Amino acid sequence: MVSRHVNAAIPVIVVTLAIVVLWYVGAALLNLSWEKSVAERNGTAPSTIEMLRNTMHQERPVLPAPHQVVSEIIDTTIHKKITSKRSLIYHAGITLSSSMLGFLMGTLLGIVLAVIIVYNDALNKSLLPWIIASQTIPILAIAPMIIVVLNAVGIQGLLPKAFISMYLSFFPVAVGMVKGLNSPSSSHLDLMRTYSASSWQTFLKLRLPTSLPFLFTSMKVAVAISVVGAIVAELPTGAVAGLGARLLAGSYYGQTVQIWSALVVASVLAALLVVIVGWLGDFVNRRMGLAHG
Amino acid sequence: MNDASRVIEVNGLSLIFPTSDGDVHALQDIDLTINQGDFVSFIGPSGCGKTTLLRVIADLEQATSGSIEVNGMTPEEARLARAYGYVFQAASLYPWRTIASNVALPLEIMGLKGDEIRSRVEHNLALVDLAGFGRKYPWQLSGGMQQRASIARALAVEPDLLLMDEPFGALDEIVRDHLNEQLLKLWAKTNKTVVFVTHSIPEAVFLSNKIVVMSPRPGRIQEVIESDLPAERDLSIRETQAFLHLANRVRDGLRAGHSYDEVS
Ligand SMILES: Nc1ncnc2c1ncn2[C@@H]1O[C@H](COP(=O)(O)OP(=O)(O)OP(=O)(O)O)[C@@H](O)[C@H]1O
Ligand SMILES: [Mg+2]
Repeated sequence: MVSRHVNAAIPVIVVTLAIVVLWYVGAALLNLSWEKSVAERNGTAPSTIEMLRNTMHQERPVLPAPHQVVSEIIDTTIHKKITSKRSLIYHAGITLSSSMLGFLMGTLLGIVLAVIIVYNDALNKSLLPWIIASQTIPILAIAPMIIVVLNAVGIQGLLPKAFISMYLSFFPVAVGMVKGLNSPSSSHLDLMRTYSASSWQTFLKLRLPTSLPFLFTSMKVAVAISVVGAIVAELPTGAVAGLGARLLAGSYYGQTVQIWSALVVASVLAALLVVIVGWLGDFVNRRMGLAHG
Repeated sequence: MNDASRVIEVNGLSLIFPTSDGDVHALQDIDLTINQGDFVSFIGPSGCGKTTLLRVIADLEQATSGSIEVNGMTPEEARLARAYGYVFQAASLYPWRTIASNVALPLEIMGLKGDEIRSRVEHNLALVDLAGFGRKYPWQLSGGMQQRASIARALAVEPDLLLMDEPFGALDEIVRDHLNEQLLKLWAKTNKTVVFVTHSIPEAVFLSNKIVVMSPRPGRIQEVIESDLPAERDLSIRETQAFLHLANRVRDGLRAGHSYDEVS
């Protein structure tokens, strides 16, 4: 057991190390020109080694070094009270709550649309073009409009942001669920027919259970883009809280370390959520005896 | 024979599957009568339409022409009245349900009460020697046990007509012999009508009182052989002259169907 876990961890560690190394190299290269221009302005001629060392500690680097980001994250998580406006945990919490709300709404909407598509041919034909069109519009273009419109009708707070998350996350769920609802084998369907089961019974006792593995796979995609949706929704509103707001504030003031910290926290958050949904899916698959093939 | 005892009546039935490379004449000009209490076997080479004929009876496939009645009704009416239990060529249990709840599935759909369901599940699992396996999942059982579970599932509906498509095809000889005996006992006890598809001559001869020999391309009935074996049988009957004689008649019928194939 232990050695299997270790074996599984090795590739992950190798890739992580490679990314960190590449990141350091990138930081050194990208930040070097700033060091050169500083030296030129001051009329000094530091050695290359010295300049490279300095690229690791700039106040506003083009690309902050990993340890700068790590220390900023530690500073703004462990060393700040959770209620503080400077705590990244506080901001991550804001983004998390709206993306979770949006994810749940998106999952529900996706399931409902999938059921309609599978069971109603007329609605299927009239709905499908709209569903696909909705995903071809760049979210950055319509997010501000959605937020402004919702604000105008008095919807504020979590809901407008959750709406953007829903807008992004319903699509993979709908697509996966349509596939799942259509996945029962013909002999399993024939069986229901020999029992002269109603279509509701066939749905409940056959199509729904067989669709669950498909649902969870698409929910993994949906939960990750829910986080993206919530962050995108925080950008145009001039939101004061949330990871998107941190990104925005960071870019106003050229605080690249702050931007990258928010980015790292956002991706860790999304990765955690994907892992949790994956666990849930594995649990359901095992309960349903599907993990044993 | 009066009409009441006539369970299946097929007249001039044909079925054509249109496919991308031409029509497949799966069944041609089938005439067949099956009476209440008959044990009828369909035997014939692969692709001669045994499964297709069974599926037409079950209303899982529609005839292209000709007529068919099940219990004096159309196959669809008979299906909606839950007139038959069907055992598929593969067990097709639902993998997310335990063995017991797989057997309970048709009963739930029929809207039976919990107690009734439990007692029927228990009774029928015992009938196929699976008492005590109710809580297992299909993947925890061997292929033969899964197939027995699927037979219990069909029996639990308590249908008067049992349609079985090579139910024992994938089992070893010993288990097959045992289940053949069990099935025969059940049939003798309940006066059910059984339509049974098989590839095995001994199995067909041992079980049936009527053997329908079929031949392929187009799928049709070569010969219907009435058995003169006593209704009370056990496995030892397979050593008797009467049994071997009947088996030879079936084999000759199969050969005749085959030579036709080679000439055409
Ligand atoms: N849905 C279908 N579409 C097209 N052709 C089909 C279809 N179902 C069956 N056939 C064809 O009809 C013929 C009869 O098939 P069927 O399955 O009834 O044979 P069978 O006697 O049950 O064979 P086996 O012993 O291999 O089970 C075959 O040629 C088969 O290819
Ligand atoms: Mg077949």
